[in-house]
Amino acid sequence: MNARLRWRKFVSAFMLSMTGVCALVAVSALFFILGYLVFHGGASVNWNFFTKLPAPVGETGGGMANAIVGSAKLLFLATIIGVPVGFFGAIYLAEFSGTTTAFVVRYAADLLNGVPSIVIGIFAYSLAVLPFKHFSTLAGGFALGLMMIPITLRSTEEFLRSVPMSLREGAMALGASKWKTIATVIVPSAYRGILTTILLAFARVAGETAPLLFTALGNRFWSPGWTQPTASLPVAVYNYAISPYEDWHRQAWAAGLVLLGLILVVNIVARGILARGIIVSRS
Amino acid sequence: MATTSTTVPGAGPLAGSRSLWSRLRDGDEIARLITFLFAGTVVLITVLLVYELWQGSALARQRFGLSFLRTSVWDPVFDQFGALPFIYGTLVTSAVALLIAVPLGIGAAIFLAELAPLRLSDTLEFFIDLLAAVPSVIYGLLGIFIIVPLMRQVIQPQLKHYLGFLPLFRGPAFGLGFLTAGVVLAIMIIPYIISVSREILLAVPRDQREAALALGSTRWESTWKVVVPFARTGIIGSIFLALARALGETMAVTMVIGNTPIISSSLLSPGDSIASVIASQFKEATGELYTQSLIALGLVLFLLTFILNGLARLMIVVTSQRGSGTVHV
Repeated sequence: MNARLRWRKFVSAFMLSMTGVCALVAVSALFFILGYLVFHGGASVNWNFFTKLPAPVGETGGGMANAIVGSAKLLFLATIIGVPVGFFGAIYLAEFSGTTTAFVVRYAADLLNGVPSIVIGIFAYSLAVLPFKHFSTLAGGFALGLMMIPITLRSTEEFLRSVPMSLREGAMALGASKWKTIATVIVPSAYRGILTTILLAFARVAGETAPLLFTALGNRFWSPGWTQPTASLPVAVYNYAISPYEDWHRQAWAAGLVLLGLILVVNIVARGILARGIIVSRS
Repeated sequence: MATTSTTVPGAGPLAGSRSLWSRLRDGDEIARLITFLFAGTVVLITVLLVYELWQGSALARQRFGLSFLRTSVWDPVFDQFGALPFIYGTLVTSAVALLIAVPLGIGAAIFLAELAPLRLSDTLEFFIDLLAAVPSVIYGLLGIFIIVPLMRQVIQPQLKHYLGFLPLFRGPAFGLGFLTAGVVLAIMIIPYIISVSREILLAVPRDQREAALALGSTRWESTWKVVVPFARTGIIGSIFLALARALGETMAVTMVIGNTPIISSSLLSPGDSIASVIASQFKEATGELYTQSLIALGLVLFLLTFILNGLARLMIVVTSQRGSGTVHV
C-alpha cells in the first residue's frame, strides 16, 4: 500500500467518522433538552401546578391551572377550524379538482405554510382582534387554526392519493357514487395517515407562542367564556422565563416540561399509528 | 343494487350519460361543491393575508417609502421608523446559524443516508423528527437559562481572548446578542437540514455510488465527489428551507437577542430581529404609524420567506426528479 492510498483511506475513515459525530451531536440535543427540563422543572410539576392559579407577584407557590385550561380551549378551537378546512380541502384536491385549481390551492397552502408564525399573529390580530376591540380566546384559536390548515391539507392529500386506484375502481364498479366511494372506501383506507396528520398538526400548534402574543394575550386569572383574553402554556413559559422572579423561572421550567411532554407524547403516538398502518398507506 | 330505482340513494344510474340532476341526486355535485368551498377557503385566507399586510402597512409605506428599508433610526417617541437594524439582525443571526448548522446538518445527513444501517438510520431519524417538533419557546427557555450564561462566562471570554483582534468579537460579553441567537437558531434548524438532505441523498441512484467505487474511489470519495454533487441542488434547497425558518423564527430569538435596535459589527453585541421586534413591541405599540411600521416589518419578513421558500421548493423538486425517488416537502 503506497503512501497516497494510505492517506486516502485515512481521509475516508476520518471524514466518515466525523459525519457520525455530527449525527451524534444533532441527536444528543434532544436528550440535553429533555434532561435540562426534567432537571429544572421536574420537581415543580406537582398537584399545585395543575390545580392552582398563579400566585400574586412576590408570593411563592401557585400553579398554572388557568394556562392549562386556556391551552386546551385554544387547541380545541384550532382543531375545529383547522381540521375540517384541511380535511375537506384535501378531499377536493385529491378527488375532485382539475389541474389548475389544484395548483392554485396547493400553491396557496404552501405559501400559508411558509408564513412565519409571528406574521400569522399580525394577520389574526387585524382580523379577529381589531374589529372587536379586545383580545380573546377566539382570536387565539383562530390564529392557531390558520396554522393547522396547510399542514393538515397537504399531508392528508398525500395519504388520500396513496390509496390504490383499484380500490376506487372497485367501489365505482359496484355502483357507488363518487362521494360514497370517498366516504366508505378511500377515507377509511387512509384513516391512519389522516389521523397521524391531524395529531402532528395538533402537536405543532400546541407549542406555538408567537401567534398568541397579541391574540389570546395572556391572563393571570381564569378566562370565562370565549371572548376574554386567556392564559396558555407556551405564552406562560415565555412570560415567566423573561420575568425577573426566581420562583417564576421555576414555574417556567415546569410549564416547559409539561408542554414538551405533551408534544412529544402526541408525536410518538402519531408516528406509532402510522408505523402500524404502513402497509395500508403505501401502495 | 337497483340501477333505476329512484328511492335508493347513492346508487344512481351508471349507464348512459348522467344528467346534472342525477349527479345531484347521487350527491356527487354537492360533495364537490362542499369540498370546493373548503379548498377555496385556503386560497381566500392566503389572499386575505397578503391584502391585510399590504393594507395594514399603507401609512408606513406612504410615509417612508423604500427608505424604510435603509433607515436605521427606530424612535417611537418621534415617530421615526427604519427597518435596517432589524433586517441586519435577522440576516446576521441567520448567517451565524447557517455557518454552524450547515456543516453539522449535512454531515449528519451523510451519516444517516450513506453509512448507518437502515435500522439505525430510521431510529436516529425518529429522534431528529422529535427534535424538529420541540417548540421555539422551549429553545428560548434553554437559551435564557443555559446558553446565555454559558456564552457570558465561558465561550465569549474565550472568543475575545483568542480572536479579539477581529472586529467580530469585540465589546463586553453580555451573553445576550447576535452570536447567542445564531447558536440557538442553529440548533433549531439542524433537524430540518438533516431530514430533507437525508431524503435527497437516499434518492440518489445506486449506480452512481457503485460506479465511483468500481473506479477505485474510497467510500468517502464516492460520497463527497459523486453522491453529494449529484444531490447538490436539493441540498441547497434544504438549506434555503432552513434559512426561511431561521428568518421567521420568533420566540427563541426574542428571548436571547437582547432586544436593542443596534447595528454593530461585533457578534457579541445585543441586537434585534424583524420577528422579535414585532413580538416584543406590537402589543404595546401606540399610535397608527408605530403599529403600521411593525406591520410593514411583517410584510418585509413575509416577502423574504416567500422568495426563499419558493426557490427551495423548486431546487428540491428539480433534484429529486433527477434521482430515482421523489421527495415530498
